[in-house]
Amino acid sequence: MDLTYTPEQDAFRKEARAWLEANVPAAPLPSFDIAEGFEAHRAWEKKLHAGGYAMVPWPVEYGGRGSDLLEWLVFEEEYYRAGAPGRVNQNGIFLLGPTIMEVGTPEQKARFLPKMASSEEVWAQGWSEPNAGSDMAAIQSTAIRDGDHYVINGQKTWASRGAYAHWLFGLFRTDPDSTRHKGLSFILSPLDLPGITVRPIQKINGKAAFAEVFFDDVRVPAENLLGEEGAGWNVAMATAGFERGLMLRSPARFQSTAARLVDLYHATVERGDPVAPGMRDRVARCWMDAEAYTLNTYQTVTRLLSGGKIGAEASLNKIFWSELDIEIHEAALELLGPRAELDPRSPAAGDAGSWLDGYIFALSGPIYAGTNQIQRNIIAERLLGLPRK
Amino acid sequence: MEFGFSEDQLLLQQTVRDFLAGECTPEWVRGQWQTETGRSPEFWSQLSELGLPGLLVSETQGGLGMDETDLVLLMEEIGRVGLAEPLTATAVGVGLLRSLGDASLADAWLPKVAAGDAILAVAHPASPFVADAHVADLLIASDGDSLHALPRAALRLEAQTSNDGSQRLFRVDFDARDETRIATGREARALEAAALDRGALCSAAQALGACDQLIALAADYAGQREQFGVAIGSFQAVKHMLADVRVKLEYARSHVYRAANSVANDATGRSVDVSMAKIAACEAALLAGRVSLQVHGAIGYTYEQDVHVWMKRAWSLDLAFGDAVFHRARLAAGVIDRSLPAESFGYSHPQRVPTPTAGLG
Repeated sequence: MDLTYTPEQDAFRKEARAWLEANVPAAPLPSFDIAEGFEAHRAWEKKLHAGGYAMVPWPVEYGGRGSDLLEWLVFEEEYYRAGAPGRVNQNGIFLLGPTIMEVGTPEQKARFLPKMASSEEVWAQGWSEPNAGSDMAAIQSTAIRDGDHYVINGQKTWASRGAYAHWLFGLFRTDPDSTRHKGLSFILSPLDLPGITVRPIQKINGKAAFAEVFFDDVRVPAENLLGEEGAGWNVAMATAGFERGLMLRSPARFQSTAARLVDLYHATVERGDPVAPGMRDRVARCWMDAEAYTLNTYQTVTRLLSGGKIGAEASLNKIFWSELDIEIHEAALELLGPRAELDPRSPAAGDAGSWLDGYIFALSGPIYAGTNQIQRNIIAERLLGLPRK
Repeated sequence: MEFGFSEDQLLLQQTVRDFLAGECTPEWVRGQWQTETGRSPEFWSQLSELGLPGLLVSETQGGLGMDETDLVLLMEEIGRVGLAEPLTATAVGVGLLRSLGDASLADAWLPKVAAGDAILAVAHPASPFVADAHVADLLIASDGDSLHALPRAALRLEAQTSNDGSQRLFRVDFDARDETRIATGREARALEAAALDRGALCSAAQALGACDQLIALAADYAGQREQFGVAIGSFQAVKHMLADVRVKLEYARSHVYRAANSVANDATGRSVDVSMAKIAACEAALLAGRVSLQVHGAIGYTYEQDVHVWMKRAWSLDLAFGDAVFHRARLAAGVIDRSLPAESFGYSHPQRVPTPTAGLG
């Protein structure tokens, strides 16, 4: 066990901090769930990419800087320290990208990864369907091989970033006679093909964070199949592993939010506003849990660097970060008192609005990336050996 | 940066695990409850052959010369079987004697500890009771200002009865003399604080083992016990309770392993790191006790069934070397008041709070 950074890692941190301090926009960008904010975030991604920081652990030829996962963690720590914008292409860079890296052909890597790293192409997820939510193996959308194309019919829903994204990745049934986990394939589809209709869905704050996507005889080139035909479930599980277990929610996100909560606690006390008797304990606890998540991530990265894989442990992770996010924001809203309900545009909102935004987003955490109830089933069955039936 | 254990460390853990699984059965643990001292000199010499009491003692003094990152893995195994021999007390004593400016006590006692011929214990003001004072050959205690190293003959012990049959607690009284004084003032406080941290770390690591065992007992039972024609472990109500404990165990482990590194290297944030480990591990073990009891139902509430063996260990460990109130107060002193150093791992929070990120996703 060696919990110190190497001189190279320290040097990289310094370099990343200096670059971010010089380049992070002074004022927050508009939300990437509205058209203007989407483009503003893409412009930021372009700048990040030009600086060489878009996806540090990727090979240089795909737009990364060839770092390892430890340097990625260091970068994320600096990214959150700088208060830099959210990553509009997170579905691509954190989920699909690592999956392509693992199972993609050399052509697919060359075709998709560089434009993903620069956010020239922003990705949406296409997992859920109206009748396939937690039960994802109930997917009905089909992709039938016809010469050198797949013909896609069906409907995807809750496609994050679907309203403005350029591409979608998802699971489709390539064997129409198959059931459940068999006969599914992982296919990448442009969202501007004839026969595709995108209908944005507003989330509870009224912004179009996701979309329904309808496919009506959409012809997608067969080279857009990722992994083997019929092996889509396993490919999707690798993607879900990255999502739940490592990349989607880097620890610094929660460390910085918990540290802001400590700041908010002091500001509330200094203003002389009332503070509940148990609040010190709650605030300290949030900070402690964000540390736990960080420490655990460093353990995971150490394991991956020595050849390990992300397994069912990813489900422990997903429960922990999603519930921690809610804990932190609920404590913050309680500290804000009567200001807690104010919309960010409200004149007296101050920092309250951003906490409310954060809370509304945190509430989706236990639902997306596989509900926490599904994660608990996975833990009980795969880590504790309890019977499925 | 490498947050994990070496193959050698894991191999030693496995060796100790296998040994304890064979020797330290629940029947044996219950047998110890009935004996006068609750401690077994024969078993202690077996533990000494494995090198456990002298793990922190240098090789030149006959020990293994290892540090707390090795120790926590073994403490986890000790907790897994519910063993209550005075390994924590001895490890804390070894740590304290090693840190004294004058090496004479260490030179006199540590070879004996490593050989299995001496047991140490340390009293701390965080608790009015001292575990295993009755078998300690040397006890280190404070008179309010100075620390004293006291042979057994110098102690007056008042035995208490713990709810946990494995736990032997004593109120300790002694007459302070100049010749027993080993440290005063600031040095004494620092030694005392380090002793508490080492003891709390060992207790936290044992709590991890107890937690894991309580989960294993419940998972095993839930896989066999049938109601409504199926194993009760197939019900989501049962699965989700156990999954919640498993989540708590996972993140408590991370805190304990980090705290082990902080104690071994006397890191700046050591005390807060240890408090986080103690809080997280004991909470996980206490919850595991409740959940395991609930999964077992009425049979788990009986004296014959073993759930209470580990559940009561969890209660004892929670109170040892600072209870939850003590450690939560220290955590808040670090994180909120900044009167103790609290070091975030990796991330450093800027003085000027940056504008929160837009585009949450």
